[in-house]
Amino acid sequence: MFLQHLLNGITIGGSYALIALGYTLVYGVLKLINFAHGEIYMIGAYLGFILISLLPAMPPFLQGSLPLFLLVVFGIAAMICSLYGFYLEKICYRPLRGAPKLTPLISALGASIFLQNFVMISMGAKDRIFPQTIGMRAISLGGVSFTPLQLTIIFSSIALMALLYWFINRTRLGTAIRATSTDPFMAALVGINVDTVISVTFMAGSFLAACAGVMIGLYYGSINFTLGYLGGIKAFTAAVLGGIGNVPGAMVGGFLLGIIEALGAGYFSSEYKDVYAFFILIAVLVFRPAGLLGKRSDERA
Amino acid sequence: MLRLTDLELRYGPIRALKGVTLDVAAGEIVTLIGANGAGKSSTLKAISGIHGTSGGSIVFAGRRIDNLPPHEIVALGISHCPEGRRIFGDLSVRENLLMGGYLLAKHEMAGRLDEVLGLFPRLGERIHQAGGTLSGGEQQMLAIARALMCKPGLLMLDEPSLGLAPIMVEKIFETIVALKQTGLTVLLVEQNAGAALEISDRGYVLEIGQVTLSGTSAALRDDQRVAQAYLGG
Repeated sequence: MFLQHLLNGITIGGSYALIALGYTLVYGVLKLINFAHGEIYMIGAYLGFILISLLPAMPPFLQGSLPLFLLVVFGIAAMICSLYGFYLEKICYRPLRGAPKLTPLISALGASIFLQNFVMISMGAKDRIFPQTIGMRAISLGGVSFTPLQLTIIFSSIALMALLYWFINRTRLGTAIRATSTDPFMAALVGINVDTVISVTFMAGSFLAACAGVMIGLYYGSINFTLGYLGGIKAFTAAVLGGIGNVPGAMVGGFLLGIIEALGAGYFSSEYKDVYAFFILIAVLVFRPAGLLGKRSDERA
Repeated sequence: MLRLTDLELRYGPIRALKGVTLDVAAGEIVTLIGANGAGKSSTLKAISGIHGTSGGSIVFAGRRIDNLPPHEIVALGISHCPEGRRIFGDLSVRENLLMGGYLLAKHEMAGRLDEVLGLFPRLGERIHQAGGTLSGGEQQMLAIARALMCKPGLLMLDEPSLGLAPIMVEKIFETIVALKQTGLTVLLVEQNAGAALEISDRGYVLEIGQVTLSGTSAALRDDQRVAQAYLGG
């Protein structure tokens, strides 16, 4: 049973990690918790729903190949959400650069309420059911049963994280994101356009959140416009657990949170599934405010 | 090469620069001396565009550059190595240097990295170490090397000798002279006025946001007022 819970935890944890990366990247460059990030994830899920519902209208070569079709769905949802992230920063945060810290936070909450209501009005308040695409027929292996969908989710989240890790550590723009996180003043002096770096950071975070949204939609089968609230807070917990501002920390925190939730639901009570995340958030803030991999600093999340 | 005319800069209600006029010719080392709060660092911040100005003008190579964004000013060939070194501590020495050359074209990067490492072989030995783990003197070398990566025409150094051991201070000043010999123009801000006047061609004395004295470095060294106020009698 343990392995079964572990596998379920890793599946869901991968999505938490993808969303948590968005929180942590933005916190790195702006020292701001982007509380509207959960809504980007929710919009990603809805875009996934819309695109998958369009399958019958897609060209035959896409209908014929499921992996290619999913790649297109992920890609389009992620690109549209990147634009959401780009404009979110441009409209809600950039004009408030240099304002007291509370001001952009309130702007974030406002953006979050706006986006939720925007989706509620345009897509309806009722749950939307994802069309079945990937096989849900469980495969059993050594007492652990899993679906092809689960494997797809786990592998794609790991692949996306590897992609981000490469981007952050191996490209000039990614290194500029890290440089801006350590010292935005100095970053400007070496000729980095800090505004561009901030925009790219929002876009990268939104890209990952959109992919997580599509995955969660496929996994749970139904989505709702309030999805981003709980998902966002859980991913935020994961980011704090790993150490906010720390990229590997967000990955570890996401998987850890998913696993703890799955084990808690499996061995104690599934009624309390959503409560474990908040136990962890409180415990981390009390005992290790800098997070598992975070550095101690004067400024804490 | 660089000319400031009646430059004014404010921090809120405080006027940090009250009409500074100075010029730097190509190939010179020009030093700014003055007490804390006299406006030396503010002058450099205004030139590199990191802080907006409220009056006057800055002309570099025939072009007005006041209130351009910092990255455009770097692109024009002005590199500012700020006070306190400000190494990217989590980035490796190599990454620090690559960031210094952020605006270089892709094909120029490797060649420039080799050139700069040729000037600072010590950094080459520590190329994969995190910048934050270097000693103070090495960090200052890295800060200067990083500022050189973008192939600047004018290098502005803010307190490069601050907090370093005497032997390291000497090395830094030797480096600055060596850089001048390669044709680089240097605008230097130093607390260590004696050493700065020794290696520079000309100097300006700033007091509470204004230039109160200027001249060749030799003349400034011999000036009674300078000697009393900045050279310890």
